[in-house]
Amino acid sequence: MAAVTETIETIDRLTDGGYKFGFETNIEMDFAPKGLNEDIVRLISAKKGEPEWLLEWRLKSYRAWLTMVEPNWARIRHPRIDYQDLYYYAAPKRAAPKSLADVDPELISMYDKLGIPLNERAALAGVAVDAVFDSVSVATTFRESLSKVGVIFCSISEAVREHPELIRKYLGSVVPAGDNYFSALNSAVFSDGSFVFIPRGVRCPMELSTYFRINARNTGQFERTLIIAEEGASVSYLEGCTAPMRDENQLHAAVVELVALDEASIKYSTVQNWYPGDAQGRGGIYNFVTKRGACRGRKSKISWTQVETGSAITWKYPSCILQGEGSSGEFYSVALTNNYQQADTGTKMIHLAPNTTSTIISKGISAGHSNNTYRGLVRIMPRAHGARNFTQCDSLLIGNQCGAHTVPYIESRNQSAKVEHEATTSKIADDQLFYCRSRGLSTEDAVGLLVNGFCRDVLKELPMEFAVEAQKLLAVSLEGSVG
Amino acid sequence: MLEIKGLTATIGDKKILRGINLIMPDGEIHAIMGPNGAGKSTLSYVLSGREGYTVTGGSATFNGQDILAIEPEARAAAGIFLAFQYPVELPGVGNANFIRTAVNAIRRARGVPELDAVAFLKEARAAIKSLKMPDDMLKRNVNVGFSGGEKKRNEILQMALLKPSLALLDETDSGLDIDALKIVADGVNALRGPAFSALVITHYQRLLDHIVPDRVHVLAAGQIVRSGGPELARELEAHGYAGLEAA
Ligand SMILES: Nc1ncnc2c1ncn2[C@@H]1O[C@H](COP(=O)(O)OP(=O)(O)O)[C@@H](O)[C@H]1O
Ligand SMILES: [Mg+2]
Repeated sequence: MAAVTETIETIDRLTDGGYKFGFETNIEMDFAPKGLNEDIVRLISAKKGEPEWLLEWRLKSYRAWLTMVEPNWARIRHPRIDYQDLYYYAAPKRAAPKSLADVDPELISMYDKLGIPLNERAALAGVAVDAVFDSVSVATTFRESLSKVGVIFCSISEAVREHPELIRKYLGSVVPAGDNYFSALNSAVFSDGSFVFIPRGVRCPMELSTYFRINARNTGQFERTLIIAEEGASVSYLEGCTAPMRDENQLHAAVVELVALDEASIKYSTVQNWYPGDAQGRGGIYNFVTKRGACRGRKSKISWTQVETGSAITWKYPSCILQGEGSSGEFYSVALTNNYQQADTGTKMIHLAPNTTSTIISKGISAGHSNNTYRGLVRIMPRAHGARNFTQCDSLLIGNQCGAHTVPYIESRNQSAKVEHEATTSKIADDQLFYCRSRGLSTEDAVGLLVNGFCRDVLKELPMEFAVEAQKLLAVSLEGSVG
Repeated sequence: MLEIKGLTATIGDKKILRGINLIMPDGEIHAIMGPNGAGKSTLSYVLSGREGYTVTGGSATFNGQDILAIEPEARAAAGIFLAFQYPVELPGVGNANFIRTAVNAIRRARGVPELDAVAFLKEARAAIKSLKMPDDMLKRNVNVGFSGGEKKRNEILQMALLKPSLALLDETDSGLDIDALKIVADGVNALRGPAFSALVITHYQRLLDHIVPDRVHVLAAGQIVRSGGPELARELEAHGYAGLEAA
């Protein structure tokens, strides 16, 4: 779609070279004091006017977090994160907007710069957007047209107020608070994020999308997304992210939970372009994200598609729990690392029920001094008769100072299950580059073309408008990687 | 006009080109024949700028521009096209997308407005048709799973759409049946005109029956050892290259 294509072009014009989204917006912010303790958790909850049970849930999560340690099994290295040196809450000073008309014009213009018009008239045709700026959702478009068909699309804070029964039923039901170190932290301090509810039998009439932006300095972003598709419902949801360029690292620890009931389907696509740090490896986002979907219903389907080009560190394993008979999970991933970026990403497919299927297509591209690891678990439980998994894991190396690693874990406890795993590692051959250049392409265009070719099986899973953006992003992210 | 003077080149410390002299005026087609290992491909690679070759002496200019000093893509923008002896596969890259990207890269370099997808496809389909190639040639990935003959025809398709002013064809006829050979020849002949010249590397007279060259050169052991008119090719076909190295 033209509007998103323009995103990149607009930004191209605004900044020259390198990371295109690195500008900072001057908005008056309201910060909670630095550091983390029970009072901060209470303050966040109070700011949001949350019910008692949710505060209790946060406090329980916080206390669980205190007893946990950072996981250290991933192939990533970083200086110790000082959790007391961060702000856990930052919000634009203006009171929460009641309608688009109340949104700070500075914010509207920032989202315009990013190519995300919040004004419905100018909006991307057929895409509803929820914009999350630092800790709060600043605007959600097209809510009225969506609510006519019964679709709820709003910020999670609002959902807590307006639809407490749904939140209470589903929040933490896929990723329990104590699931891991970062999910516990998120559960204690999550600020905002999106909530989607598609009622029984409804196919969501437009793409839903959330745009996350970290702006404030020294601020962690802990958003929480919850998507529920009832029986026979379907939805396609897109997530995009950027942050300003800064020398210090910033922490992002999100949790995304998806629930699909009988014959429901959820397609969740991400183009993750958090600031990756500079060519020397200074700055960039530490991205520790827990994404998990539960295929609770019979023949339900959850599909994750991710294009990860940003962040200094990516630690992320979007997973599917295949509980419903005949349910299916998909994971399509492109992870590109350049300079000193580190990505440890993959998926978990947990087959609990009979005749469940899963497909994993992972394309890792490493350039510069970066390290790129695919880590994937396929677990077939005893009850999962006739379960099937197909995994294809391809790595592409650009240059000879980067690393690509494939770490598959396959555990099958059912004889009738069929698990296939294929893996390849390749390089862009000099012959291929010369062939392209002899036709007039610059080296960078040639690499872009070859990399996009390498990722084609994943990119074609993205909604059209995102695919175009993702292709350009891959090319931009590789700038300077070939001599 | 292509002017090559005293061109010498090495691969590693191996001398391959040992002083090539060749002048090809615009509008002419010259054939280069010669035994395997003579340096024919090397000459075409050096002219189009492949890495791994060191030019140790001499010069090569095209329309007065020192082409050896510029990047391969700049040579393409200057109008030089190489039809590879062994075309390269580009997995995942659609042929139409590839050729359009190339066409537009060259247009950009020349300050000509780019072709949009629709205008390009129209041209591409017309070229496919006139070259009697199957329609799916545009949809497939560049050279992936192509037969030898299809790869060669794909080179000609690219040439037709890139419209070079200097084409270097490296054994484009090898391994082609007679129908495919005619298609290749038609592709070259279609571009023939006062602003187009071509260096056709071949072992066979049968290609030169269809693309009648203005001059024929024999390259042996890194030097042009004989030049003549079209009749030279027939002579070589009858008597082989024996004894030519000494000349
Ligand atoms: N990459 C290479 N490394 C070393 N020698 C090479 C290389 N490529 C070609 N040669 C040698 O250079 C000479 C000329 O090769 P080439 O130009 O391919 O000949 P032709 O095309 O006339 O058959 C041959 O002796 C060949 O073995
Ligand atoms: Mg050869």
